[in-house]
Amino acid sequence: MTFFLELFILIPVAGFILSLLIPGKKENSISWVVYFTVGIHLCMFLVFTGFWFWQDRPILNLKDIVLFKTEGYEFFIDFYFDKISAVYLLVGSFLTFLVGIYSRSYLHRENGYKRFFNTILFFYVGYNIVIFSGNLETLFMGWEILGISSFLLIAFYRDRYLPVKNAVKVFSIYRIGDVGILLAMWMSHHLWHENITFLKLSNYELVSSQLQSHSVIGVFISLMILISAVAKSAQFPFSFWLPRAMEGPTPSSAIFYGALSVHVGIYILLRTFPFWEHQLSVRILIGLIGLISSIIATGIARVQSSIKSQIAYASIAQIGIIFIEVAAGFQNLALWHFAGNAFLRTYQLLVSPSVVTYLIREQFYNFTPRKQTIEDSLPKKIEYTFYMLCLKEWGLDSLMYRYLWNPLKWAGRKLNVLSLNGVIYFFIPAYLAGLFCVYNKSLISQQIQTYLPMLFSIIGLVMVIKSFVERKQSMLSWVLIIMSHFWIALAVAYNEQFKFDEIHLYLSGIAVSGVIGIFCLRRLKFHENESGLEKFQGHSYRHPKIALVFLIACLGVSGFPISPTFIGEDLIFTHIHPDQALLAFVISISFIVDGLSLIRIYARIFLGPHAKSIYEMAYKSS
Amino acid sequence: MNLRHSAFYHSGLAREVKSSQAFDQEAVLLDLKHFLPAQGPLKDFIHHNTLHAFQHLKFFDALSRASKLFGYKVSLSLYEYRRLYVSRNIDEDILTWIIVQRKGSQEVNRWKEKLISEKYHQTRLPRIGQLRSNWKRHYQIDLDSLVHPTLFRVICSYLDQGIAMWKFPSHPEGFLASLRELERNSFTSFFRNKRARKILMEGSHDIASLLKILIGDKSQYKQYLFDQQFAHQGWSGMVAYIEDHPQSLLDTKKVSLHDFVFFELLLEIDALDSTFGNIWAPLSLKVRKKPVDLFAEEEIKSELDEVLSMWQEAFEWTHYDQALSGILNQKRNQQQSALKSFQAIFCIDDRSFSFRHYLEKFDSQCETYGTPGFFNVEFFFQPGSGKFYTKLCPAPVTPKYLIKETASNEKKEKDVHFTKHSHTLFRGWFITQTLGFISALRLALNIFRPKASAATASSFAHMNKVSELTIENGDASQTENGLQIGFTVQEMAMRVEDLLRGIGLVKDFASLVYIIGHGASSVNNPHYAAYDCGACAGRPGSVNARVICFMANHPGVRTILRSNGLNIPDAVRFVGGLQDTTRDEIEFFDVNKLDEGMLELHRKNTSVFAKALDANSKERSRRFESVNTRMPAAKIHEKIRTRSVSLFEPRPELNHATNSLCIVGRRSLTKNLFLDRRAFLNSYDYSLDLNGKVLFNVLKPLGPVCGGINLEYFFSRVDNQKLGAGTKLPHNVMGLFGVANGIEGDLRPGLPSQMIEVHDPVRLMLLVEHFPHVVLETIQRSDEVYEWYINEWIHLVVFDPLTEKLYLFRDGTFTDYHPIQRAGVTSDVTSLIESTRENISAHIITTP
Repeated sequence: MTFFLELFILIPVAGFILSLLIPGKKENSISWVVYFTVGIHLCMFLVFTGFWFWQDRPILNLKDIVLFKTEGYEFFIDFYFDKISAVYLLVGSFLTFLVGIYSRSYLHRENGYKRFFNTILFFYVGYNIVIFSGNLETLFMGWEILGISSFLLIAFYRDRYLPVKNAVKVFSIYRIGDVGILLAMWMSHHLWHENITFLKLSNYELVSSQLQSHSVIGVFISLMILISAVAKSAQFPFSFWLPRAMEGPTPSSAIFYGALSVHVGIYILLRTFPFWEHQLSVRILIGLIGLISSIIATGIARVQSSIKSQIAYASIAQIGIIFIEVAAGFQNLALWHFAGNAFLRTYQLLVSPSVVTYLIREQFYNFTPRKQTIEDSLPKKIEYTFYMLCLKEWGLDSLMYRYLWNPLKWAGRKLNVLSLNGVIYFFIPAYLAGLFCVYNKSLISQQIQTYLPMLFSIIGLVMVIKSFVERKQSMLSWVLIIMSHFWIALAVAYNEQFKFDEIHLYLSGIAVSGVIGIFCLRRLKFHENESGLEKFQGHSYRHPKIALVFLIACLGVSGFPISPTFIGEDLIFTHIHPDQALLAFVISISFIVDGLSLIRIYARIFLGPHAKSIYEMAYKSS
Repeated sequence: MNLRHSAFYHSGLAREVKSSQAFDQEAVLLDLKHFLPAQGPLKDFIHHNTLHAFQHLKFFDALSRASKLFGYKVSLSLYEYRRLYVSRNIDEDILTWIIVQRKGSQEVNRWKEKLISEKYHQTRLPRIGQLRSNWKRHYQIDLDSLVHPTLFRVICSYLDQGIAMWKFPSHPEGFLASLRELERNSFTSFFRNKRARKILMEGSHDIASLLKILIGDKSQYKQYLFDQQFAHQGWSGMVAYIEDHPQSLLDTKKVSLHDFVFFELLLEIDALDSTFGNIWAPLSLKVRKKPVDLFAEEEIKSELDEVLSMWQEAFEWTHYDQALSGILNQKRNQQQSALKSFQAIFCIDDRSFSFRHYLEKFDSQCETYGTPGFFNVEFFFQPGSGKFYTKLCPAPVTPKYLIKETASNEKKEKDVHFTKHSHTLFRGWFITQTLGFISALRLALNIFRPKASAATASSFAHMNKVSELTIENGDASQTENGLQIGFTVQEMAMRVEDLLRGIGLVKDFASLVYIIGHGASSVNNPHYAAYDCGACAGRPGSVNARVICFMANHPGVRTILRSNGLNIPDAVRFVGGLQDTTRDEIEFFDVNKLDEGMLELHRKNTSVFAKALDANSKERSRRFESVNTRMPAAKIHEKIRTRSVSLFEPRPELNHATNSLCIVGRRSLTKNLFLDRRAFLNSYDYSLDLNGKVLFNVLKPLGPVCGGINLEYFFSRVDNQKLGAGTKLPHNVMGLFGVANGIEGDLRPGLPSQMIEVHDPVRLMLLVEHFPHVVLETIQRSDEVYEWYINEWIHLVVFDPLTEKLYLFRDGTFTDYHPIQRAGVTSDVTSLIESTRENISAHIITTP
């Protein structure tokens, strides 16, 4: 039976690749590929689950390919199937199938028809990897795919300003979730000394004996998982991203932000439940976050005057309740609730344009000027205060700006002295010196050596922050990102017994992607003679091919599972000791900012209204 | 203009007297309103000329000015024209003719060369937004992104018609008063700093004093306000429209552009305060070089402008010329068979064209007519249990009559998916876990077997066909809210007479005369009102059809008409009906009031109608890629009906797309002509109106109605991003009155791309069958009417019925016109429509 698990992944992958090969004008062929891919997937699931039920619902685990192996470290893909996967698969394939058919006619003649279905299949690949994953590493692969395909779907109308702006915003929240998982992976390596599978996590004795001696580490891992779940499921304080994700065509908003994407946070909580089941504090925290989210989101939903944002906040409120259910251990209820919420919100979003017809008619026949609402029973001052807070979404959006991004920008501006030449002439020799010392560690004293990892990782962080705030030269921004990775590699090289092949694995992806990126930027500069980052320039309008190649380069640099850097990132973390929290923190911050900076370069250069075709572009405000 | 308004206006004038330099707030606001999009809330969609603010200029001058000022794209691109030329959709001879007219025959080759192959670069920036862009340039601050989200959300919540569950605590005094009330009674604020809030609460500032803080230099105030409001013209336009038409919202809100601008200025001050503290220099101190004045007179037109306008005319005339040739050369047999099976009066709507053709084809003894679809009866309508009145006549008319439907206990279908319960916390918890699973089923059903639901907007639901209407007014004291309930017999007679004389139906009545209004059905379509009858203010024409038939059948009316020389035999019956243009279905009203013999006749006619509807849906289907036009008509009709209730179908029908002609005259002008559903047809018999008295009333609404439709399609097509609504797929319904992209976008007025993508942007050509001097004298009777033609927003051609020659109106006079091309000839329309999905040029239909 476990053989089927691979098939469940391979079918969407095959469909995705096939859909890439069809020319964009052939609407019919494209939609048929989607239709068949998801249709076969759905049928296979139905047969498979029938069989699975008949076999009395065994938990399946398949240790698949080992991607990398050294002494004491093994990076492998693992698949897993149980009740949770079954429910998520049912909802996912059923909705994707229906929405796929729906979109066949709905998107007819739309610019980017092919891109839309490519992205949907890509998303579906990621979704399946996540729900079939048997360990955190595999899950992380799917997770990254979900993130980037979400970004692409939100920015589907890439010639307009707001979709692109919001896509970047949502991506930045996702990035926080990514690092949550990365850190959880890091710590759990040290906790288990292996890439632990979810199967082993459900072994109660094993988990509790480990956690007894490492309770702080346990809580840390749980918190990291919680952060990523909260970010992905748009819970407090990240709730504001969900309504802003509703920028793509309605069916894509319906299925991803009404149904699948937002519930992935719950999935990861359900999946890791055996791990934090006995950490009471964590369970209380999860419940509390769910409670706060559902209360705040309900209030916000009540004042929304646009239909999609109302549905989004109502959905967040229900997801908050599901968090509580999960924390309380009502797994079946949570799964049932998830399925119901996903179906309901998808349908509501799909029929949302009908709301005008329906409600206007309703109003025409049953109008009452002003109905009393429950809030009217509050004292006026309290009522109005709450009303305004809800209307302002409790300032969550600006909070994020003020406390997360603005400090980064502030720090970056202090670094304005760095220029492209300066970077090249100072940091490359410095780097070479550092590299030389790695090979000849005996030259420097042991004491200095212990400080070097921190120093180098901070240099890496500084570079990536500078890259994030660079306004003028995209090339500088890009080179800084590449270099920051090199510094981080150097830092880790000092930290541990140095292994060439690991570092090479990490840097090989970066170097190749880096060169490709440089090539793209030069080519664009040659054609357009402009490459600033002050505003969105929308060059994908005239250079869609360069845009695509550059996007792939960005993914390569950011450690997306298409380059060996993906494994390398994980490896880097295994070389950070549990007591080096600060180092882990610096490196993970630089990974967050690195992803943001990459997507920012891509968005600023290639997305948004085309700067040179003012007469054909939509207004910035639309 | 309301009273409050004019009072302001005068005080504004007074101020102007004091200082000629002064900024006249009211005048600027009026100006702004004039230029902002004038599209109302979604529920009444009224087509209008998108560039109405430039209508006092000649068409091409208006285009280049609008483009220069506001950055609109006002024509197809050079590349598109050239492609049309290569594909012979622009005729070479016509192009030559256009160039000769403009440049003289010596210049033909030089200009043709330019048109076809010269390279042009358009790099100029529009003037709008240049002053305000200095915030970004000199202050490194993006005011839009700091101000817009709050501004849009607050105004949307204030105007919201029923999406929010917890409504904006609005104050009867208006928007600013409501904001003050909120701020006064709250521990939090929309502002982040004290200053802006203080200004709001004090209430002693006006727009000028806020601009003084922000801008400083008085001479730039006006331009700044234009820049600011045109950064979100959708919202500003909606506010301005609601201010002037408060009744356009069911849940009325008092709002004014003044309040809106005031709030935005405060938000801007607040955003600047947050970034720079209380001390920052007003914009004009930092801006060394003043941008060009927005309204400054411009330099001469660029060569590119001229090239584009020649292409445009060549494109238009290629099409008109074929149609005109068809009209000249088709057989006009005036003799009509004495025996008439029935007569049917339709709306002038371009969608009626093919239906009328098929009726006449399947029953050669019937006659059809066209007239604006409110059928000359203007009134407000109140359905049985309705709480409001609905206007059923052209938008500019304000009726004095009310027609009420006596309560019919029709249950409106409910759908809990649209109710608010699922959005609350506890009920939502229950609903998601129960209804949620039903949603999954509903979704699957709707995808595989679409059928009508509570979400559908259906034209037949507009009026309950079995209900009674209060059409006749007993005595003049019967009024409600200042409206007279029903019409008196005299008033009825007048309306019937005008209608019949207008279309030239004064003798040879058939036993049954049908008067058929039209409406449309769609689902998942916020623009549903745009598909209904424009002459009924964006509603189906069912009530009007029923009302006018009641009047025409009224014995008292018949008596008066007879005394006026219009003799309708007693046996003649008028039957009202409604055609659904999306589903191609028809419903007749008050059929049970016919006697047995008439009923028999009616049944016979019904089968003709049914056959014609099938054929009509076949002709329509050639534009739909998902339907194979070669299939039998009945099968296609089934598919067309399914389309209208499919959630996933953004094109239930194509509405007025491809409209381009309007023909005022007898049916014999077009009877043997295939015009591809592109013409509005208004029946008119010049021989009954030799001095053009009736003609004036016929022509008067054609400008705003047909011209409005045509130009709205024109501009939405050429600039779908700025003048249209863009693609409808990401649209999000805001407050039930507008659509925006995503949750924080500007409102998108205009037509979505799905409505206009097959439309060819050509102006309307009006053809009138009469003598040129009568037509000239008629259009000159009113400046408002004349403006459409003299400024070339509509082309005018006259067909002289005696000499059978065509005359073209240009620069105030008529000149001979001889078609250059020849219209196609076909004996088989069916194979013609099966041949292509593209536009088909005019064809003369010969009987085989």
